[in-house]
Amino acid sequence: MAAAMPERKLDVAGALKDAALAAFVAFGLFSLVLGLRTEQSGLTSALQLYPRPGLLFGAVATVFAGRFLIALLFRSNLLADPARFIPPQASKGIAFIGRYAGIGLLVFALIIPVIFFDNRYLLDLSILVVTYIMLGWGLNIVVGLAGLLDLGYVAFYAVGAYSYALLAQNFGFSFWICLPLAGILAAFWGVLLGFPVLRLRGDYLAIVTLAFGEIIRIVLINWQSFTGGPNGISGIPRPSFFGVPFNDGPDGFAATFGLSFTPSHRVVFLFYLILALALITNYFTIRLRRLPIGRAWEALREDEIACRSLGINTTHTKLTAFALGAMFAGFAGSFFATRQGFISPESFVFHESAMILAIVVLGGMGSQLGIAVAALVMVGGFELFREFAQYRMIVFGLAMIGIMIWRPRGLVSHREPSVHLQEKKPIPAAVVEGARQ
Amino acid sequence: MKSPLLSVRGVKTFYGNIMALGGVDLEVFEGEIVTLIGANGAGKSTLMMTICGTPQAREGQILFDGRDITRIPTHEIARARIAQSPEGRRIFPRMTVFENLQLGAAITDFEFFAQDLRRVFAMFPILEQRRDQRGGTLSGGEQQMLAIARALMSRPRLLLLDEPSLGLAPLLVQSIFNAIRELNEKEKLTIFLVEQNAHHALKLAHRGYVLVNGEITMQGTGAELLNKPEVREAYLEGTTRHQ
Ligand SMILES: Nc1ncnc2c1ncn2[C@@H]1O[C@H](COP(=O)(O)OP(=O)(O)OP(=O)(O)O)[C@@H](O)[C@H]1O
Ligand SMILES: [Mg+2]
Repeated sequence: MAAAMPERKLDVAGALKDAALAAFVAFGLFSLVLGLRTEQSGLTSALQLYPRPGLLFGAVATVFAGRFLIALLFRSNLLADPARFIPPQASKGIAFIGRYAGIGLLVFALIIPVIFFDNRYLLDLSILVVTYIMLGWGLNIVVGLAGLLDLGYVAFYAVGAYSYALLAQNFGFSFWICLPLAGILAAFWGVLLGFPVLRLRGDYLAIVTLAFGEIIRIVLINWQSFTGGPNGISGIPRPSFFGVPFNDGPDGFAATFGLSFTPSHRVVFLFYLILALALITNYFTIRLRRLPIGRAWEALREDEIACRSLGINTTHTKLTAFALGAMFAGFAGSFFATRQGFISPESFVFHESAMILAIVVLGGMGSQLGIAVAALVMVGGFELFREFAQYRMIVFGLAMIGIMIWRPRGLVSHREPSVHLQEKKPIPAAVVEGARQ
Repeated sequence: MKSPLLSVRGVKTFYGNIMALGGVDLEVFEGEIVTLIGANGAGKSTLMMTICGTPQAREGQILFDGRDITRIPTHEIARARIAQSPEGRRIFPRMTVFENLQLGAAITDFEFFAQDLRRVFAMFPILEQRRDQRGGTLSGGEQQMLAIARALMSRPRLLLLDEPSLGLAPLLVQSIFNAIRELNEKEKLTIFLVEQNAHHALKLAHRGYVLVNGEITMQGTGAELLNKPEVREAYLEGTTRHQ
């Protein structure tokens, strides 16, 4: 520890200099904008100038103080390397938390409905968070594993939601029949998107997928006869407990199980439903990563040419990534439709794609746990600031900048190898075979 | 005389409008080590990549074991059992050594995997020690070994090596060349080798070609080329004086 200390001395003079400079610039900028107020007065409607020294001083002082603090932190190297001022015990603790955080979060998620049974608001929020976790995990296949930047992911969410709504309304299919169908349809659209973008990467891919997301939304708005246009689709069948409806009738869930009726039953059921769907997504992703196809995705992200020269068909690899990613969005979409009972194109705007992508990127591109935490922080945090609606984008932006400075590769940037070999010496054939599946 | 394993006939490759290969002819027979030498920018790597189908030849023909592979996609060429350790190594940096090797074996029957793994670890023991380390954090020489090992994991019939000695310490260069010779002698692997290190390469190879500005200007056995004054002047200056 002692060796790391010397760089950590407070550079007050330097920080003061920085702050003075910033205050000077602020004064220049604000002296006209804040320092003077103009008013049209009297009959002549001539402009009158009123000085506002207090406001001007306040703004300049705020800039000075803020800049001073930031400069102090950076100049003194307090923040440059967090490891430097985190004692070893603490980092050991963090590693420990990291190992068990996943299990802890899962257990917590499982008992949320028990703890907050009567808190409808929190239950709804939890459902929202888990939906985003699932979407994040789904998009992670495309962006995190296969490295294909997809800005139109919400399109597949929309396909899933509309598939469910239309199938359930027109054919009276139950949720459990619609769910796989919606997934398959979304996967189909994933492949449709995949074909034209096979040769694209990076920025170009991002632009085309962005356009694709918008196309789907605009089609939904304009195809009145089929999708209900901007009015959307309402009266989508609500979920039942494997055929037992959640109502207060004699055949209802409460009566069947000898409980007293409360609307919370349905919400709790929805919560466990989305949790199960999310966990399935997670399980599949973890399994797939260990299969040749998952390894091919990751190899594709690392080096496409090397991939091909090893005999990997990159066309198939990309299309399966798009299809599977889209399929999970389709599942989430059907859940969304049955939960809301009403859907319209407004739920599937670019903002949603951006949010999901932000969750994946902030979570650490490829880390399942990181994505869950990022979704919790982003969706939950967003909700916390609901009262200060006009500030929340600022807070959001600051948080993003903060993460970029201190954790440029995401919250959990460590990539877990898909195979672990404990023994160093001999290579047990069983391990090797297990790894190859 | 039996027919060649690889034959390149009048191959022209372009980058846009710029011709990088202007009609290359060469042959590699089963069991041979053939080397291709040439100055920077002569088109050596381009030829390697053209054999693998990225980019594809605009004119001419490439036959592998009698089959025309000129227009088939790269991954199909790899499945025909041509493996490459490319220029710049191109290992997967965020994946572990073990995962890189698994990817090398992407097209083989998995019953061979354990055995092949033992084989490459025996050849490059350092890789076994680094098995769980990320490819990108290996030293340059270790990355080179990994690139060769990964290529070998696909059980190739023809191994293309693009400057395997690049950036390696002399001792390591020697051991890489020894490994190449051993592969050829013990396992009868056919190897097509691109090298800047012309002296080493020509001594090792059965035959060699000299590429200048996208065209083959000389060919012959390794010893023949080593003794040609033009070759000595252009590619062996400095090295021979000390040998
Ligand atoms: N992707 C590309 N786009 C355009 N031109 C290229 C490209 N790759 C190579 N070239 C050009 O083709 C020519 C041959 O390049 P190549 O890489 O095959 O040379 P090389 O013989 O392997 O050289 P070195 O010994 O330096 O590796 C060079 O003039 C190079 O500038
Ligand atoms: Mg080259």
